[in-house]
Amino acid sequence: MKSILRLDRRSYNEQKAIMGFFYVLPWLLGFIFFFLIPLLSSLRYSLSSVQANSDGLIVHFSGFQNYVEALTVNTEFNRSLADAIMNMVINVPLIVIFSLFLAVLLNQKFIGRSLARSIFFLPVILASGVILSLESTSLIQAVNDQNAGAGAIQGLGTFELEGLMLDAGLSEWVVNYLTSAVSRIYSIVSQSGVQILIFLAGIQTISPQLYEASKMEGATGYEAFWKITFPMVSPLILVNSIYTIIDSFSNNAMTDLIRETGFTQFNFGLSSAMAWLYFAAVALILAVSSYLISKKVFYYD
Amino acid sequence: MHATRLLSLERWKKWVWSFVRLTLIAGLSFVILYPVLQKISTAFKAKSDLYSPIVVWLPEHYTLDNFVKAIGIMDYWQALLNTFTLSALTTILTAISCALAGYGFARLKFKGSQLLFAGVILTILVPPITILIPVYLNLKDFSLMGLIPLLTGGKSVNLLNTYWPFILTSATANSLKAGLYIFIFRQFFRGIPKEVEEAAYIDGAGVGKTFYRIMLPNAIPSIVTVLLFSFVWQWNDSFFTTTYLTSSKVMATQLGSLPYNLQILLEDGANSKADPFYLSMVQDTGILLAILPLIIIYLFVQRYFVESIERTGIVG
Repeated sequence: MKSILRLDRRSYNEQKAIMGFFYVLPWLLGFIFFFLIPLLSSLRYSLSSVQANSDGLIVHFSGFQNYVEALTVNTEFNRSLADAIMNMVINVPLIVIFSLFLAVLLNQKFIGRSLARSIFFLPVILASGVILSLESTSLIQAVNDQNAGAGAIQGLGTFELEGLMLDAGLSEWVVNYLTSAVSRIYSIVSQSGVQILIFLAGIQTISPQLYEASKMEGATGYEAFWKITFPMVSPLILVNSIYTIIDSFSNNAMTDLIRETGFTQFNFGLSSAMAWLYFAAVALILAVSSYLISKKVFYYD
Repeated sequence: MHATRLLSLERWKKWVWSFVRLTLIAGLSFVILYPVLQKISTAFKAKSDLYSPIVVWLPEHYTLDNFVKAIGIMDYWQALLNTFTLSALTTILTAISCALAGYGFARLKFKGSQLLFAGVILTILVPPITILIPVYLNLKDFSLMGLIPLLTGGKSVNLLNTYWPFILTSATANSLKAGLYIFIFRQFFRGIPKEVEEAAYIDGAGVGKTFYRIMLPNAIPSIVTVLLFSFVWQWNDSFFTTTYLTSSKVMATQLGSLPYNLQILLEDGANSKADPFYLSMVQDTGILLAILPLIIIYLFVQRYFVESIERTGIVG
């Protein structure tokens, strides 16, 4: 009896393994056709001089010529890459900290909480390539800002804030960073919708007993945040940082340059080389930042 | 005596904090809503209101002229229908294929499935731009490893400017951000207790039946999340849409070419002297029209959206 049961069990596991393969199969086909093969041919193009004519592509191996051209000859590549990385370095910490702060805020009980939540997740829906790029060229917005005097007031506000903080003895670098964050508040808010959601979900899985116990022991809200909330959501800080980095790299001046080189100048080789250099930079940044953050992460189990 | 003073101090702290919180949240909400409100106000303004110093938010002369112009230039209803079809199609296919893959990776382990999951992570990490050119060329001369030429007699098919690239990639869980959806599903299915699955098996359900009858009904929060994300991101996507669908009328391409088309229509040709502010006004109306369906959908589902995300596996 027992042996039959075991046999059954094994066959069920085998059945599961076979079914598992079929469940994954659609993805696997897509992965091979629309990811792996293109990835490899992109690598091949990047190492070749590619010419398109009526019969198709003529690919000649040419070594690292395209990479050299991207790095030394092309006038825009280095600058765009540096810009993309700089923007990321500046924005990612701000977005992660800001979204953690807001998630904590939105988790508290107050009147109009559900309204506030739905407003804060609106950017998840509205932030997108075309709309953002059209938005930045919107003259109406600029004019209205001028009319309302918003520009002047905002400038003055950060200016005074700057003086105040400098007087308080903060270093100039920190002050500049913070004031520039204030003036870019819209772009930061609009890029942190998903991150707020993830943090909020994380905070809600923390067991309330922990807070009750700490309150009994006389911890303040501030202490409870740093000793309970922060360590408990620290794995999500890693997740969110990676998400934000990938997100910030998905659409910027660099990707525009790669597209333009490929699709308007039809220089497939150079474009692929740029794309691979770009990928290498992204991978490096992801590796370094996830190493640094994961050293600080606290796991509850 | 002492206790009451402490109590009142506590109360004060609470009041001050509520006030600060209210200010912060109201302020940031305003920052988020400002562009949308501005567009709504601009869309109803007549041309003369643009230069009127007394008009800031509420127009002096209400008009639907901007809407009429933007709808005409964008071929709005056609674009709306196309975009909706495209988004709905890819959303459903993506959700199905990603749920299958997510369940396979979470519960139906087989030899090498760890390695394949590393592949999923790789698709998340590699920027889409890196593989754009080979995929584009592949779709231009689509031969499916030489199978299609056998059927059609030596000719490959050009899949550009059709919905096929989107159908194929989403049916095979490789569309826009599909790696993320597989990850969400996998995390969620991993969180469902093993006992549930074993109970189903004891009751005589096979793997397939367990999945459809037990697992999927339990996974509704993550399904909703993936459906919503996938729909919205496909709707807003300009990256793939403007590459694969250059001549088809969907929102992304229509919005992208709106400024140019506007200039041609409003005056004679591209080197016209059309008033840039007026152009911008109609353009803003166009953006409003493009995001309006999403905002309307969001108004209905936002409650469900926020709740479902909180119960998805993203965190566990």
